[in-house]
Amino acid sequence: MLLYILKRILYVLPVAIGVSIVCFLLVHITPGDPLTAVLPVDATLELQQQMRALYGFDKPLPVQYGLWIWRVVQGDLGASIATGRPVTSEVFNAVKNSLALAAAATLIGFVAGAGLGILAGYFRGGWVDRIASFVSVLGVSVPHYWLGMVLVIIFSVQLGWLPATGGGPQGSASRSWDWDYLRFLVLPAVTMSVIPMGIIARTVKALVGEILNQEFVHALAAKGLTERGVFRHVIKNAAPTAFAVMGLQLGYLLGGSILIETVFSWPGTGFLLNAAIFQRDLPLLQGSILVLALFFVFLNLTVDILQAAIDPRVQRA
Amino acid sequence: MTEAVAIENLSVTFTGGSKPVRAVDGVSLSLGQGEVLALLGESGSGKSVTLRSLLRLHPPKRSRMTGSIRVAGRDVLELSPGELADFRGGVVSMIFQEPMLALDPVYTVGAQITEAIRRHEKISAADARKRALALFERVRIPSPDRRLDAYPHEMSGGMRQRAMIALALACRPSVLLADEPTTALDATVQIQILLLLRELQRELGLSIIFVTHDIGVAVEIADRIAVMYAGRVVESGSVRDVIRGPRHPYTRGLLASRVERAQKGDRLETIPGSPPDLTALPPGCAFAPRCSLAAPQCREIVPPLAEVGPAHTAACIRVAETV
Repeated sequence: MLLYILKRILYVLPVAIGVSIVCFLLVHITPGDPLTAVLPVDATLELQQQMRALYGFDKPLPVQYGLWIWRVVQGDLGASIATGRPVTSEVFNAVKNSLALAAAATLIGFVAGAGLGILAGYFRGGWVDRIASFVSVLGVSVPHYWLGMVLVIIFSVQLGWLPATGGGPQGSASRSWDWDYLRFLVLPAVTMSVIPMGIIARTVKALVGEILNQEFVHALAAKGLTERGVFRHVIKNAAPTAFAVMGLQLGYLLGGSILIETVFSWPGTGFLLNAAIFQRDLPLLQGSILVLALFFVFLNLTVDILQAAIDPRVQRA
Repeated sequence: MTEAVAIENLSVTFTGGSKPVRAVDGVSLSLGQGEVLALLGESGSGKSVTLRSLLRLHPPKRSRMTGSIRVAGRDVLELSPGELADFRGGVVSMIFQEPMLALDPVYTVGAQITEAIRRHEKISAADARKRALALFERVRIPSPDRRLDAYPHEMSGGMRQRAMIALALACRPSVLLADEPTTALDATVQIQILLLLRELQRELGLSIIFVTHDIGVAVEIADRIAVMYAGRVVESGSVRDVIRGPRHPYTRGLLASRVERAQKGDRLETIPGSPPDLTALPPGCAFAPRCSLAAPQCREIVPPLAEVGPAHTAACIRVAETV
C-alpha cells in the first residue's frame, strides 16, 4: 500500500509541472501586454518600459517562467493588479469559501443521491424507481442559476427564512461555524447539490442493479444471509465507485461554481475568477487557475488512494 | 435408506420475459441419506434451475414454483422468509460453478466464512475464525491461516473452489448442492476437487446433488444419475444401469457423442437438431423432433417415467426398441 501511494505521488509530479507551464503561458496567449489594461491610455513609453521591467515582462519567457515558478514554490503568487493585495491570500480565502460550499453541496448531494440510487436500484422497474429516476434527471437538467433564483424567491423573499446573498453577517472574513454563518450557506449549497445528486443517483442505481444481478448475491442468500446482511455487501461493493464519482463531483463543483457564486454573491473562487477576468487582473487569474488546477490533481490523487484502500483489486491495475 | 430430499412434481416457470418460460416441468426426484445423485443434461435442460429451487434462489417476483420439495421433513416451498434464511446454509448449502463470481470480491474469504458461521450460530468472532481455519485445513488449503486473510482475486481457481467448499460446509449442512463445481477448472484441478468432494461426502455422510453436463464427472462421483431434457427427467437409475444400459434415446445419444472414446479420424457422433425452445415446447415428447425412433404417438402425449428395470426408469414409449 505504501509503495502504491509513493508511486501515485511520483506520477503526479510531471502533471503538476505541466499544469504550471500551461497556467503561465495562458497570460501570454492573450493579445497585448498584461499591463496595457492597467496603464492609463496616455502613459509614456518610458513609463511602460519601467512598469514592464518592474513586473519582469521584459525578460525572455523561459526566464520569466523560472522566476515565477521559484516564487510560486515559496508560496508567492504575486500581487493583484486591481487591488494590490497578495494573490495568495486572496485565492486561499476564496478557496476556503468555495470548499465549504462545494463540500456542503457534495455532502447533501451524496446523501440524497445515494439514497435515491439505492431505492431505484432495489426497486428497479417499480414506481419507486420511476420517481427516483425522475428526480435525478431533473437534478441534472434544471439550470442551477435558475433554481437558485427560484429558491431565493421562495425562501428569502416570500418566507424570509434564509438570507439571499453573501458569505456571512460580517462578510466571510471572520467565519465561524455557528448558525449565523451556516444559514448563508444553506441556499447556495442546496442549489448546487442537485447536480451531484442527479449524477450520483444514476451511478448508484446502475451499480446496485448490476451488483444485485451478480452471482455472489445469490451465494450470499444461499448461505442464509437475510436481506439486511446482503444489503451490507451490496453497499460495500458499490462504495468505491460511488466515492470516486463523489470525488470527481466535488472537483467539478470547486471549479464550476461561477454561476451559483455569482447568483448568491458567495465569495468563492468562481466569484474571484469572474472578477479577475472582467478586470483583466492577470496575476490574480493566473494564480487562481494554478491553485484550482493543482487542487484537481491533488483531489484525483486522494480519490485514487482512497479507492485502493477500499477495494484491494484497484492496486493491481 | 431414509430420504434426505424428496422432490414431487416440481415445476418452475419464469415470468420475467415477454413469454413465460417453463424451465422445469413436473420433476420428481429423491435423494437418500448419504447418497450422491448426479443431474445430467445440456445447458438449458433445467438441471441448475432444479438445484436452485431447493434453496428457493429464484427471484420470487419473476418466477413461479409449484409442486413440493421436502428436505428433512419440511416443505421448502412453504417456509417463511425467516425459516428459509435459517434453512439456507444450515440444512442445505450450495457450491457454485464459478467461485470467482460467487465470492464477494471486497471481503476476504475468511470474513465470508465467519460471517456465515456467525449468521447461524451464536459464537464469538475468534471461535468462528478457529472454525474457518479448521475448515481450510480440512479442504487442504496450504498455509490456511494466511489464506483466510486473502481476497478471492488473490487465490488460484482451485484454491477458490476449495474455499467455496469450506464455506458451504461451514454450518454443517446435511445436504450439499453442487452446481457444476468443476466446470470452470483445469482438468488436473477438476480431479482433485472431485476426489476432495467424494472424501468429504464419505467422512461427513453428506447427501449431494451434483449438477453436471460431463458424463465422466457424473460416473466419478455419483451413485445415481438422473438425465434431464427440456425441463423433464427422462431417465434415472444407478450409474451402472444408466451408463451400461441406457434406455432413453436421448441418454443413448449423449453417451454416443462422448469425445473420449473417439479415435483420430473417426466421425464424431452427434444428436441431430438442437434443444427445443422452452417457451414453445412440442405437445408430446420434447425429444421427439430429434429422435430417430420417434413414432406418431410420441408427438401427441408426454410419456411418463416408467420402470424399465429394478430402480431404473425412463420416459419413453418405445423402450422396447432400446434394450
